Parts: sequence; structure tokens; C-alpha cells
Amino acid sequence: MDAFEILFTASFWVAAIRIASPLIFATMGELICERAGVLNLGIEGIMVAGAFAGWVTVYAGGDLWMGVAIAALAGAMFGLLHGTLTVPLGLSQHVVGIGITLLATSLTYFTYRVVLPQVSSPPRIEPFRNWAVPYLSDIPILGPALFNQTPLTYLAFVTVAVVAWVLYRTPLGLAVRAAGENPAAVEAQGMSVTAIRMGAVMVGSALMAVGGAFLTMSAFNSFFFEMVNGRGWICIALVVFGSWRPGKALLGAILFAAFDAYQVRLQQITGGVVPYQIFLMMPYVLSILALVVMARRATYPKALMIPYQKGER
Amino acid sequence: MRLEAKPRPSMAMLVLYPVGAVAVTLVVTSLLVLAAGASPLPVFVLVAKGAAGSQFALLETLTRATPLIFTGLAVAVAFRAKLWNIGAEAQLYIGGVVTVVLGTGALPLPAPILIPVIMIAVMVAGGLMLLGPAILKTRFGVDEVVTTLLLNFIVLLFVSMLLEGVLKDPMGLGWPQSQMVAADARLPRIIQGRRFHYGFVIALVAAFAIWFIMKKTTLGYEMRAVGHNPQAARFAGIPVNGVLMKTALISGGLAALAGFSEVAGLKGNLTLDLSPGFGYTGIVVAMLAMLNPLGVVAAAIFVAGIFVGADAMSRAAGVPSYIADVMVATSLLTMVTAIMLSRYRIRWR
Repeated sequence: MDAFEILFTASFWVAAIRIASPLIFATMGELICERAGVLNLGIEGIMVAGAFAGWVTVYAGGDLWMGVAIAALAGAMFGLLHGTLTVPLGLSQHVVGIGITLLATSLTYFTYRVVLPQVSSPPRIEPFRNWAVPYLSDIPILGPALFNQTPLTYLAFVTVAVVAWVLYRTPLGLAVRAAGENPAAVEAQGMSVTAIRMGAVMVGSALMAVGGAFLTMSAFNSFFFEMVNGRGWICIALVVFGSWRPGKALLGAILFAAFDAYQVRLQQITGGVVPYQIFLMMPYVLSILALVVMARRATYPKALMIPYQKGER
Repeated sequence: MRLEAKPRPSMAMLVLYPVGAVAVTLVVTSLLVLAAGASPLPVFVLVAKGAAGSQFALLETLTRATPLIFTGLAVAVAFRAKLWNIGAEAQLYIGGVVTVVLGTGALPLPAPILIPVIMIAVMVAGGLMLLGPAILKTRFGVDEVVTTLLLNFIVLLFVSMLLEGVLKDPMGLGWPQSQMVAADARLPRIIQGRRFHYGFVIALVAAFAIWFIMKKTTLGYEMRAVGHNPQAARFAGIPVNGVLMKTALISGGLAALAGFSEVAGLKGNLTLDLSPGFGYTGIVVAMLAMLNPLGVVAAAIFVAGIFVGADAMSRAAGVPSYIADVMVATSLLTMVTAIMLSRYRIRWR
């Protein structure tokens, strides 16, 4: 098989959509936070916490969907902490975000070691299975990629639609966007910027955690240390790449994942001539390049990273 | 609720709030220790003993503090100018690479010349490493937080590639590790038979040098001005971008020295586990020190003590040593909150 033919295999696109799924959840989560004016650098740690919370719920005998719910709850709790420190207290979003990532990661590793003190190989759970949509999954190439995935992948796409609909078609979405553009106007409408931003950070963090849970409950079946491996930071780049729009961000996530799936296959073709680390570097390099290309024309939320004080001009 | 600046924070407040922060951190960690099935007080005693209970423990703590002083200074300098350098980890590894490249026989120089030459090269490499993101920030408006974070992953893969390629030790039995650096490139031990090495002294000198630059020179003044209000600084005729470039060079250089000191002073060679996150922990150190260069030394020793103490405690009491990471992360969040509360008053309407 040559490098070009890969693009026409179903397995390549199946892998691309699978790799994109956690990124889609977490990117939507970050997008909601940033649209409301809060940069959430806790994303990396919240994904770790979500990955563990979902997995351990199932490991302890819980239902898979219960695992997803617990992961979302864990994410929302870290969101509550992040929001409390950055929204009413107005602390530096950079410092608090890094702090949340360190806290969520270390708390997760600590809990893992307490729950499973003496394991050498991580125990497995029965993860989400693929569910083929009748008829649609028979379409060549696109069918298996889009319509023969796990329920969590379908949920990722539904999430994008819901986020886009809420942001652009509902009063709530208007309030969220306004909180990130012109918080004083929101306050003038008699709404609370604090409440809107807190809510956005909590919902966004819950989505990030579900993105993490996808890794342990759908892509793999056990929890490893360092399994999130910078995906959270990549999602922050994807939000910029998608210029803070759900549809564009979705496209970015799929493009990115396709590239990731492609490099793995290219690696097999080239057969060790090029060091494998070069391929592994590509996703991160690509993220930086995407930022460089997009940053200039990006219209970021005007009040992003600016704490709002009631009655302040 | 609203925040109102206090006219002048009283001395009592400046002491009381940080003490409160420590108390909250201890309560949180106590709960976790209880959850792990141990009782908190003996565990904290074990941590304290493990960190400073003997000459051996104390020297281990100071040895662990050495790289944290460098990365803490790197972060403190950058954050002061609001250059968000989260890439100290990458700069550290680049420092380690340069140390190994120049220290394994490439430069046939005697130690008194070789070591300064390596240090200068290390600082230049680390500085350039951060200059990239700084230029992307000023020229293209790319957020340096994301670029420096992503570079951490890129550099670690790059080092992995080197260690399995050109820098691989032929005698390493297949392990991805570099050759040992030559004796002339090694930093001597301060006390024979202990791991404590002269990297610590260099770190102290660096802390004083940075304190001097920040407090007594025009550059330091300009860096603080740029961090405080870039528009006002530009209006006052300060070349904001130029100052950011200089900040990047200094900050990246300091973080790279952590890699130099770990390779030349402690490990002797470069491996992929040279740093267990010293770059990230440097952020905590810098914030606990309120970005004060001399405070960084104290904060680094404190944080190092928690890690070293927790390792010892974990062996004795069976509580996972990740408790140290939780403690350090919690203290970061409680401390920034405490500092804010000591300066502002919360008005409930």
C-alpha cells in the first residue's frame, strides 16, 4: 500500500473519527468556557480526572453510562473550583488553570494508587461496544467511519450540534457569548455575569471530563498514567483554530485526528527509516502551525481572560 | 459581591492569610491521608523527618531543591513580565542535551574553562528555546501558553530520538541513555559521599543575580513595567517587544541551567526521566515565592522538602507519595487565593 491509498481505506477513517471523539468533547468544553470569557487551562488535568472517574465507576461495578455521568460530575466539580477562583475572585486564569491541572492529575494518581495499591498491569473493564446504525453503516468508507462507532462517539457529534444550537439560537447562548464579549452589557440586562461564567466553566469542564472518559471507556479499556498525553493542550489550540465556532472546531478536530491516524499508518509503511519520534511529534507541531496560521485572523472573545467586576468600568 | 482594594494591607493580614492557606492545605491532605487508611499526624511527622530529620535528609532536600530554584527563577522572571512560560520542562531538557553534547569530549578544555563554556552554551540554547514562542507571541499574536506547553512534548520526543540515535551510549546495554559526561565537565560534590553538589551554589548565585537585575537595573524595571501594563509601558517609551525578548532569553536560560545542573551535578548523563516535572513544579515555586527571586530559594526548599519527605513517608507508612503532588498543587491554589484576600476586601453587595 502506498502513502496515498491509505486515505481510501475504511479503517483509516474509522480510526480518525475514533481519535477525534475525545478531542471533540474537550474542545467543545473549552470553547464554552472561552466563549464566556474564561480560559480553562485545567483541561489537561480535568481530562485525566474524567478518564479515571469514568473507568473506576465501571471497575467498581457501575453501569457504563453511570461512569460517563460520574466523570462529568467530577469535571463539573473541578470546574466549580476553577470558576470560584477565577470568576468572583478574579485570580489569574493562567495560574489557576495550571494549578487545577496539577491538582486534578495528582489527585487522580493518588486515588488510583489508594484504590489499586499493588497492580503491575492495569485491570480492564468491558468498554462501550460499537453500535452500527442500520443501513447507513453500509455506505462504503463513510459508513463504518461515521455510523459504526461507539455510542460515545455519536454523543460527541450530538454535543457539537447542541452546543452550536444553544450558543447561536437561544437566549442562554446569547448571554454566554455576551459574557465573553461585553460583560457590562450582560449586567445591564439584569443578568449575572458571575453566574453565567460559573455555569459555563462547570458545563465546559464536565465535557472535558467526558472527553477523558472516552479514552478509558471507549478507545481503550483501562486507565494508564499519562494517557491523556497533552490532548488537553491540543484542544486549546483547536479552539483557536476553529475561531471559537463549534462547527469549525469540529472540522479542526477531525482534520487533526485524520492526520494523527495517517501518521501512524505512514510510520508502518516507512518501516523504521524515519525515527518514530518524528511521527509522534507531528500532532504537536501541527497544532503550533495551525495556531500561527489562524491566530492573526482569529476574532477571539473580547473579554477573554479579563475578570469582571460588577460596577467597574 | 464585589472586590474592593484595601488601602494598605496590615502586617497581621499579610501573615494571617498565608498561614490560613497552609492550614487549608493541611486539612485537605489530612482528609486524603485518612482516605488512604492512615492517621494524618504521624504521616506529617514522617514527612517532616524525611525532609529535614537528619543531615542526610536535609542534604537530599537541598539537592532536590536545586533544579526547582532554577525553574522557579525562570518562571518568576517570565511571569513578572507576563510572559507565560509554561515550557521550563522543555528548556530544562535542552540544557541537558547541550551539557551532554559539549561535556562528553567535544571540547578538550580543563574544568575551570569547560564548565563556564558549557553553562553559557546551555543558557543560550534554553533562551533560544523560549525566544521562538516569544516571537510568535509578539509577531503573530500566538498565545505562548499553548506553544510552550506543546513544545514540552515535542522536545521530550526529540530527546528520546537523540537518546536512541546519535547520543545513545554504545555501552548502555540498549537503554535510551547518553554517555556519562567527562570528569572535567562534572560539578563537584560539596560533601564527599553525598549527592549534594555545587549546582546548589550556582542556583543561589543565580537567585541573587536575578534579584539584582529585577530590583536594581533598568531592564528589571522595564520588565516589571511591561508586566504591569504593556500599553502604559509602550507609551512611556519602553520597547515592549524588545523587553519581552530579553525576558525570554533570561527565563529560558535559567530553566536550561536546571538541566545542566542535574546532568553535570547529579546524574552524570541524560535520560528521559531527568526531570519528574521540575518545569511544572517551578510554576508552583515561583507563585509561592510571589515571584520574588530570593523567595524562590525558600519556596524551592520547602517544595523539595515535601517531595523528599513524602518519598520517605510513603516507604514507611504506605500512603502513596503522590500525596506530595496534591499538597504542592493545593498550596499553589490556596496561596494565590490568600494573597488576593490579603489585598482585597469582599463586599457582599
